[in-house]
Amino acid sequence: MTLTLARTLDCKGLSCPMPIVKTAQALRQLAPGDLIEVLATDPGSVKDFAAWSKMTGNELVETSQEGVVFRFLLKKKG
Amino acid sequence: MTLLLERPTSAPLSETLTTQEKKTGGLVIFAWSGDLDRVWPTLILANTAAAAGKPVTVFFTFWGLFPLVRNERGITGQGWMQKMLAMMNRGGTAHLKLSKMNFFGMGPAMMKTLAKHYKVASPQELLETAIDMGVKLIPCQMTMDLMGLKKDDLIDGLQEPAGAATALEATEGATTLFI
Repeated sequence: MTLTLARTLDCKGLSCPMPIVKTAQALRQLAPGDLIEVLATDPGSVKDFAAWSKMTGNELVETSQEGVVFRFLLKKKG
Repeated sequence: MTLLLERPTSAPLSETLTTQEKKTGGLVIFAWSGDLDRVWPTLILANTAAAAGKPVTVFFTFWGLFPLVRNERGITGQGWMQKMLAMMNRGGTAHLKLSKMNFFGMGPAMMKTLAKHYKVASPQELLETAIDMGVKLIPCQMTMDLMGLKKDDLIDGLQEPAGAATALEATEGATTLFI
């Protein structure tokens, strides 16, 4: 089974708490198991997405960084 | 009889939140202050908790009620005392003051410019987002009476005005903050 990206959400430039809030809003449109990629530049978002994933049960599959941009790969809770 | 089987593309919010997110203990905030530097974190916490799937209630009482007044609303209240209070403390997210370094509005103006530069969501945007995220915003009925605020003085999307018992009922099993 291959997982395809359902959506990419650009939160670059946004400050706390908008990357998290916009991700939660975007998740409403997705089906359980869907993958979403979130791009953010807020350095606090690294810890925040990990904490949010723990609270909600939506899996943080991968965190990576390219220059100043953080990329979070999330899987909506099934 | 024909049965129409249609899968809704997006379920209503209340339904999505209970099924899609892990249900955790709620958050209840008593928003007592109308100061920009308290309203801001109140709304940030409320939005973040809602994004984490928690049921969130914010009870706006005393000075805390004034950020819910429509920005375009001029002087509110009946009689000279309520009108004078509204003049000294104009409602709406556009007229919030800082608890310190207000300097007749220069502090808040600088704060707003900085917030725009760093793309920090404004109290107004956070208020609208909170409503969209299903945060229950309850105006305090007693404060409304005391300050002469009518329901149509306040923004749309709020819960019915209520009293302390309603707010306290929501605190059962929830984290409670008084800001």
